[in-house]
Amino acid sequence: MALQEKLTKTAALTGNEAAAQAMRQIHPDVVAAYPITPQTEIVQLYSTFVNDGIVHTEYVAVESEHSALSATIGAAAAGARSMTATSSNGLAYMWEMLYIAAGLRLPIVMPVVNRALSGPINIHCDHSDTMGARDAGWIQIYSENAQEMYDNLIQAVRIAENPDIMLPVMVTMDGFIISHGMENVELLPDRAVEEFIGEYRYPYALLDIENPRTIGPLTLQDFYFEHKRAQADAVVKAKTVILKVGEEYGQLTDRSYELIESYRMEDAEYALVVLGSTAGTAKYVIDELRQDGEKYGLVKIRVCRPFPAVRLGEVLSRVTAVGVMDRADSFSGEGGPIFAEVRAALYGVSHRPHCINYIYGLGGRDIGPDLIRSAALDIKSLKDGSESDSLVRYLGVRE
Amino acid sequence: MTESSQTKNLLKDHVIIDKAIEPNAGWRDLPIGAVIPKGGTSRQFTTGDWRTIRPVWSPEKCIHCHRCWLYCPDMCWVSEDKKIQGVDLTNCKGCGICANVCPTKVHAIEMHPEDTKTEHTAGED
Repeated sequence: MALQEKLTKTAALTGNEAAAQAMRQIHPDVVAAYPITPQTEIVQLYSTFVNDGIVHTEYVAVESEHSALSATIGAAAAGARSMTATSSNGLAYMWEMLYIAAGLRLPIVMPVVNRALSGPINIHCDHSDTMGARDAGWIQIYSENAQEMYDNLIQAVRIAENPDIMLPVMVTMDGFIISHGMENVELLPDRAVEEFIGEYRYPYALLDIENPRTIGPLTLQDFYFEHKRAQADAVVKAKTVILKVGEEYGQLTDRSYELIESYRMEDAEYALVVLGSTAGTAKYVIDELRQDGEKYGLVKIRVCRPFPAVRLGEVLSRVTAVGVMDRADSFSGEGGPIFAEVRAALYGVSHRPHCINYIYGLGGRDIGPDLIRSAALDIKSLKDGSESDSLVRYLGVRE
Repeated sequence: MTESSQTKNLLKDHVIIDKAIEPNAGWRDLPIGAVIPKGGTSRQFTTGDWRTIRPVWSPEKCIHCHRCWLYCPDMCWVSEDKKIQGVDLTNCKGCGICANVCPTKVHAIEMHPEDTKTEHTAGED
């Protein structure tokens, strides 16, 4: 441990650079990728590593994101540890293949740099891309900063490749806010990452020519349902594996990870639920409110798939009111996706707090401490019946 | 991969695939992702029950040109000593290609609805 700390180095990196460094240390056998803002830098840096002989990865420059994930799926099925990366419309273009990767149970790890979906066209951050993909069968881990992006990517390999799980994982960070912002990032020694993730063993590798296999056969009314049931079971089991991997990673780095992060929730009366980079700003606001004697806390959702409903219920059942912040609209007319799921999680708790939704930051609209503070103070005014007329509130939009 | 682990894998796969082929196998007993972890399993999948019409062969008309034998997509026609012996219907889907390619003047194969009793078939269906 002491030796490990000495070998750990701190570097000033952008989120994209941190992701590329994590990928370099994961050292996948195959990377198939297509550039899209704001993710481009990750695969561009990785292609440089390949060109410079720093990694021995087969780099496939494909003609679209659909092809990028298709090639990654093919490589993973062949028995190679495989990665790709994308953003926004690129993720949307992967749609068909997202379900195939999950359905075939291929443990692909993919950084996704969150960017608003068109149209109107926009290159900046919101979560409409990955929120739309939340039911595709992938495990989803959201990162608050560049350090978490690095840490989550390394853990994702272990989670994806766990024999009980065998599911693809997308690890996200907020476009530009994290991807292009520079921070101090603590990097593990290459060897430590190599040991932590271990060797990739896909039990049904197509390139194991001694044992011919069929991957992706037709299953109709007779077997499809059973395969989906098994897939659903793997997602449930992933919760335990994610916790175990997060704890083990903590032993290695002193940064352990759970499904959610509770911040100053011990005696909190009011809580904000946030994910992604906004959690950092929100913690600052919570600290300010605490200084003013206000009992506020924050819950950051780190893992969105599987959805940590039980943990959220436990933590939030102690508060009077909850403000759920969504950086995407579901266009259900009933608020954002996280709001719907948090409310569902609260349905079964005995002390159900008031719960309203703040949709914010769409298309990269800045979310500063003042706006978060206004939302925090807003939930304090919630009383029985007061939430019925305006459950969904838009934060920072011009009226 | 060592030889012993290969054998072990094969054995394991064999167990899994046998369960997978059970029509009533539960979701816990199936290989993940619908993988078929063994080759040659299509032999266990008979397509004969797709059939609604079947080829009926008249040996007295047959000139043993072997066009049916050659064109059948499921290799159902049985030949011995350069003579057609009949048709094994285990995998016959009733596509009718054999009847179609049988020379017009010979007309040794006719397609009959499945409910008709037939003779001169070599295999069991």
